[in-house]
Amino acid sequence: MAKPYKLGHDFRTQLELKIMLWPAIMIIFIFNFVPLYGLLLAFKHYDPLTGVKGIFTSPWNHFENFRLVFDNFQFWPMVRNTLGINLLGNLIGIPVTMTFALLLNEIKHARFKSWVQTVTYLPHFLSWVIFGGLFINLLNPDSGIVNYVLLHLGLIDEPIQFLGDPKHFWGVAIGTGLLKDLGWGAILYLAAIAGIDQSLYEAAAIDGAGRFKRIVHVTIPGILPTLMILIIFAVSGMLNNNFDQIYVLQNPVNLPTSEVIDTFIYRVGLQQFQFDTATAIGLLKSVFALILLVGATTLSKKLTKSGLF
Amino acid sequence: MVGGRSWRERLFAVSNVGIMLIAMLLTLYPFWFSIANSLNTGDDLRFGPIFLWPRDFTWASWETVLLDPSILHAAWISGSRTVIVTAVSITYTAMFAYAFSRPYLKGKWFYAAVGFTSMYFSGGLIPSFMLMNWLGLYDQYWVYILPFLFSGFWNVIIFNANFKAISSALFESAKIDGANEFTIFFRIVFPLSKPVLAALSVFVAVGVWNDYGVTLYFTQSTDLQTLQYLILRLVQSSDAVEHMANLVGGNNPNVASLYSKVQGQGAVNARTLQLASMVIASIPMIILYPFAQRFFVKGVLLGSVKE
Repeated sequence: MAKPYKLGHDFRTQLELKIMLWPAIMIIFIFNFVPLYGLLLAFKHYDPLTGVKGIFTSPWNHFENFRLVFDNFQFWPMVRNTLGINLLGNLIGIPVTMTFALLLNEIKHARFKSWVQTVTYLPHFLSWVIFGGLFINLLNPDSGIVNYVLLHLGLIDEPIQFLGDPKHFWGVAIGTGLLKDLGWGAILYLAAIAGIDQSLYEAAAIDGAGRFKRIVHVTIPGILPTLMILIIFAVSGMLNNNFDQIYVLQNPVNLPTSEVIDTFIYRVGLQQFQFDTATAIGLLKSVFALILLVGATTLSKKLTKSGLF
Repeated sequence: MVGGRSWRERLFAVSNVGIMLIAMLLTLYPFWFSIANSLNTGDDLRFGPIFLWPRDFTWASWETVLLDPSILHAAWISGSRTVIVTAVSITYTAMFAYAFSRPYLKGKWFYAAVGFTSMYFSGGLIPSFMLMNWLGLYDQYWVYILPFLFSGFWNVIIFNANFKAISSALFESAKIDGANEFTIFFRIVFPLSKPVLAALSVFVAVGVWNDYGVTLYFTQSTDLQTLQYLILRLVQSSDAVEHMANLVGGNNPNVASLYSKVQGQGAVNARTLQLASMVIASIPMIILYPFAQRFFVKGVLLGSVKE
């Protein structure tokens, strides 16, 4: 008797599957894993002129690079900007986006609803160069509409230098970030709402719950797992600014409040060619980001029994 | 049920519609502002900004942008890169996900480990920069293509959920009929996964088209500039004039030649040129996304959404 035939366990099938897997595996290895070796630079005194060979031959200086980073007068303001923009951005962004989704869900006219969605998705599909560029124009003290309207309503006496005054940068970054992904961010909440058992709403209605009570007692608990995942992502991304956004809005005048970790790494590394220091900052950032991710997931599992893993 | 609703309900419905209209206005207006301004003559804009409608209509800025050889070249770099990367990376990623989703794949733990690790660990900017140099990709067109031929393990997870939803009877009967894995993938799985393919293709295409980081980090020659990068420099150099600061963008030869060409030409100035190029560069994505919109939720959230 021949062995029972097991579908797909033959050599040929396995070979075909391997051929399908290997292009992606090779790209991951070369472009994701090989650079991990370059992290050694963080612990070395490296001269960019020595090229790739220098990663191996340059002398160790242990934690000297990290000490240089902490001693850099730009370091702590930059950490403050990164955390400030992200923390405030999420504290405002998450509730506003969720409220927008809840309100959008209450629109019963299907075609109007889909129009609102299509239109509010638009900025998500524009690049930060374009969306940021638009706002640089709109917020312009001389020719932008924002200052024009505020002046003519008598709310201000002279134009606000939105991007020319460090005071306003956080506000501009948070505001434009919110507007760009308001509609897009609502998608996840809407999908979660669509997954809520309709009979819960009927039961609530029979019990005499009005629209507001149904939202509070049925919809919000229903989207809690989604909300939790988004909060985990927000916490673990706390050190990750949107380079594309910040770099576009940044200029030499607002640098004191607009320099964030990612732009700092770019400036130190690729403009000042201090590869070792820039790598050290990058490594610090990744380590803390990983701690944040694990911490947020663990905490969320403890609190709500829903986490990423 | 006319009249069956209380005044509170009606008030809520009306103000809710109002809020939605405001959200739409806030989203669309910036875009409209730049269209209107880019279609106005630059000379006329000096007498004050326009908000709703061109005062002194002209196509001159659009014509300048659409006829400028360096912008057209940048558009070609961006466009060709977007098409190649989207087509190849979606194929590679879907192929990976298909093989990964097969219950009879041996050594699955290895692929899962590689995939998950790739999501959370990367060398960062400087090690990547050195890698590109080492591979000879620095300042080469290939730097736009090769590193992006796999669109990430996150997309594998999404594809995986979709492929698992396809009835396994289809696979089994195809296999028994002697179809090999490639035939199954291209003839059965591909056609059955149009929603997720459409959605993820749009996401990848948008990401590539909108990217300027690769140009900023890994290239230096002017003929490798992407459209987004060129617009970034246009924005930054006219911004720099305003802040009386000398920024890197000011000495970009492409930008300098474009600005010097329109100098003294009343219909076009740095501002209208900038806005016209922004509007034109966003047109491809604006046309693309509404077509794929109905697939976004269906394709991407499948598995996480109860039907």
